[in-house]
Amino acid sequence: MLCTTWPLAACAGRQSALDPQGLQSDQIRSTLFIFLAVSAIVWIAVVLVLAVGMLRRKRATDRPLDLHQVFEQRADRLILGLGIATTVIVLGLSFVSYAGQRTVFAKDEHALTLKIIGHQWWWEVRYEADSPHQSFVTANEIRIPTGQPIKVELESADVIHSFWVPSLTGKMDLITGQKNELQFTAKNAGVYRGQCAEFCGLQHAHMAFDVIALPPDEFGRWRDWQNQSAQSPADQLGRQGEALFRARGCALCHNISGTLAGGQLGPDLTHVGSRTSIAAGTLPNTPATRGAWISDPQHIKPGNLMPKMPLQSDELIAILHYLEQLK
Amino acid sequence: MAADPNELRDDVLSGFQLSQQLERIWRTPSGLLGALMSVDHKVIGRRYIVTAFVFLLLGGVLAMLMRIQLAGPEQTFLSADKYNQIFTMHGSTMMFLFAVPVMEAFAVYLVPLMVGTRNIAFPRLNAFSYWMFLFGGCFLWISFALNVGPDVGWFAYVPLSSLQFTPTKRPDVWAQMITFTEVAALAVSVEIVVTVFKLRAPGMTLDRIPLFVWAMLVTSFLVMFAMPSIMVASTSLILDRLVNTRFYDPSSGGHPLLWQHLFWFFGHPEVYIIFIPGTGMVSAILATFARRPVIGYPVVILSLIATGFLSFGLWVHHMFVTGLPQLGAGLFTASSMLIAVPSGLQIFCWLATLWDGRPVYRTPLLFVLGFIVIFVLGGLSGVMVASVPIDTQVHDTYFVVAHFHYVLIGGAVFPLIGAVYYWFPKITGRMLGERLGRWNFWLAFIGFNVAFFPMHILGLIGMPRRVYTYPAGMDWAHLNLLASGGSFIFALSFALLLINVFYSARKGALAGDNPWNASTLEWATSSPPPPQNFDRIPVVKHRDPLWADSESLPVVAGLSAERREVLLTSLAEAEPQTREASPKPSIWPLLAAIATTIFFIGSIFTPWAVLWGTPPMAIALIGWFWPTGSKEDEE
Repeated sequence: MLCTTWPLAACAGRQSALDPQGLQSDQIRSTLFIFLAVSAIVWIAVVLVLAVGMLRRKRATDRPLDLHQVFEQRADRLILGLGIATTVIVLGLSFVSYAGQRTVFAKDEHALTLKIIGHQWWWEVRYEADSPHQSFVTANEIRIPTGQPIKVELESADVIHSFWVPSLTGKMDLITGQKNELQFTAKNAGVYRGQCAEFCGLQHAHMAFDVIALPPDEFGRWRDWQNQSAQSPADQLGRQGEALFRARGCALCHNISGTLAGGQLGPDLTHVGSRTSIAAGTLPNTPATRGAWISDPQHIKPGNLMPKMPLQSDELIAILHYLEQLK
Repeated sequence: MAADPNELRDDVLSGFQLSQQLERIWRTPSGLLGALMSVDHKVIGRRYIVTAFVFLLLGGVLAMLMRIQLAGPEQTFLSADKYNQIFTMHGSTMMFLFAVPVMEAFAVYLVPLMVGTRNIAFPRLNAFSYWMFLFGGCFLWISFALNVGPDVGWFAYVPLSSLQFTPTKRPDVWAQMITFTEVAALAVSVEIVVTVFKLRAPGMTLDRIPLFVWAMLVTSFLVMFAMPSIMVASTSLILDRLVNTRFYDPSSGGHPLLWQHLFWFFGHPEVYIIFIPGTGMVSAILATFARRPVIGYPVVILSLIATGFLSFGLWVHHMFVTGLPQLGAGLFTASSMLIAVPSGLQIFCWLATLWDGRPVYRTPLLFVLGFIVIFVLGGLSGVMVASVPIDTQVHDTYFVVAHFHYVLIGGAVFPLIGAVYYWFPKITGRMLGERLGRWNFWLAFIGFNVAFFPMHILGLIGMPRRVYTYPAGMDWAHLNLLASGGSFIFALSFALLLINVFYSARKGALAGDNPWNASTLEWATSSPPPPQNFDRIPVVKHRDPLWADSESLPVVAGLSAERREVLLTSLAEAEPQTREASPKPSIWPLLAAIATTIFFIGSIFTPWAVLWGTPPMAIALIGWFWPTGSKEDEE
């Protein structure tokens, strides 16, 4: 529904620490540039000294132990001086770093809170409000309002993952048995791709997600929409698909609110039709890719927990038709 | 010790007689059995070096496979499962089977020669160490060939490496390979420390010890303090997996971060265990080819020691994104950056040395110059990684891959290849080809930078590490292709090194004792050195003995000429203290290593191996130390 708001190309999503679209990533890039400038100066100075040292005219003697005392003493003093300069530079950089760190990790009491739970190999995203009517669950796609601080609470259902959306902020691990949190604010509307950054097993490479930053009012509409239960299928084929979804075992793992499908192991599919990608950013979300995925998930993402179900082609068509309507 | 008046001493023999007599006593017995019994540090050092380079080649082939896979997006050259095994094997092989062992190998070969003694301290332990290293390495690679290669990363983070999430034998193989290399590394470290402290030639006071030996001394202490941490960590992991202890299980009060603390408390010093020997090699090569001693000898030594201490205070920078308290993380930023100070001081000393020296641009020096250019860049990207905010972006991305390859290849492998060119004549008696050497250097330098520099940018534009593939729409394809191309140029440089070594070992120009006109004691004996290293133990009166006494070195006399004997000297002043017997060749170290190997490998299949595996080890050790009534055993 909403991806149409954005040009399709943007749905690939930006994923770069050098293209900051959030307050935090902006700050980090500034710190990075200070470090880069200092480093470049130091490196060039070292290489210049090396080059001049190699090219300059050499002392006349070829006896290695014929050393010039004055030069030795001067060299010792110079080395000591440079050592002190190095200390001053790194301590200065430590303060620059700490100042940046405080900005990046500053906390806002009124942040919009989301809970993100890492799974092998997908992201469970929980919007938890005070009332159950305002709470819903989605997967592999995080929609946020621009300009508002977002707090994500990070947990893991299995192994350690790492939540990373470089265009918005740095990463934070999702650690088994521990609760971490991260705050960020998107400055501009857009689609920002994120990816798991901590090696988490076989399909670590296919554990991506999108953060879609929307203008606040548009976000509000989306949120209201997501709060609603799934639409009932509008036609016979859709109703057949809904029945097959339960009969063929899909519902054992997937939840679709407002229906009898209540599985908790896999991604919530209540509004799957409105998402931009499937299989944690592995494929764009189109009828064709959904069909390919359901007919053989192990071919596209080997080792993932979704088994290949024996479906007749007419059954597959019915299920796809049903899912299509879960906007 | 009671002096035996009838004992044949070296002072009654003339030069040639003495030479022959000592060679007869010290040589390794001939035949296969003799080779297996050898306790000569040069024989074992050579084996150690060659074995470590074989593992370098194997690890390098894995790197090439990964670069083929990543050369373009969505390639299917390797499956996810193969790729994950391969990157784990690459890291584990390079760290545990190449980088650390090869540095120790050079120390095993060179330190006794450089301090002017006849053999390393505890020669049988040395043999045992080599066998353990060899068996551990073979164990890992045979497992990999059988598709049981570890696939959880060289860091094996729990809970991914726990039985629940990896119910195969693969993490056990990894953890037990660690145990093998720990044992081997700890053994060598003890030998090096004792050799440096007690076996130095008379007069080699602390301030006359060659810088390479100082570097290996500091490294050995680092190994002794760092390795126990990984030993605790990997043993707990095996226990969790085999007998259901719960060290890392959060549901029973354990914690996954415990693993990370223990691992990095070892893992960061590990970097310096690899890098500090490299600096020792740089200092040795630089003095010889700049034709003057390294400026700031005490500064370099204090820097090495400071680096050693600081290296234990910055492991947390590997854990900046695990949700640590912010102030604590900030302090580790400062401590991590501070290590730039001792590293910087060494660089300044080397620059000053080159500035004043009369450089002779032979291949070893080229590699040292390449080292300075590359390592400084790696050090500076290290300063960036030490910053918490920057690290939250670059952690676990290709930026870090670029950084540590700059530090480890620039800081350790470039000096190492320089060291190969430098000491090859001493080890084989023949020079490596200079023309091929130059090609080798330039291909390595260009190939390395083309392969690894783009990875900095890849990391910053969002490419994470340890992904077996990446989507086409990500703008990563061009830089990855470039990096893959560079990696093949880099690989080609190693092929040239190999050709050079094989060709020169047979056809190279004869080296003579001191082809580079260097100053340290290993160049005072023939190339290759005789089994006894030196016919007469030199007396050291200067930090650069061969430059100060270029005609002939003063020597001590009075060591036994009828049995293996070394001279013990005092720790600080290196004054002669006593004559000490040195063990003869023995098959027991090999048998002990085989028994230990059976115990280690058996114990990943059944805890009962701990029970039935120990008696053979006990028997081997009893055999090892069984008194034979010879004088060597009595004293």
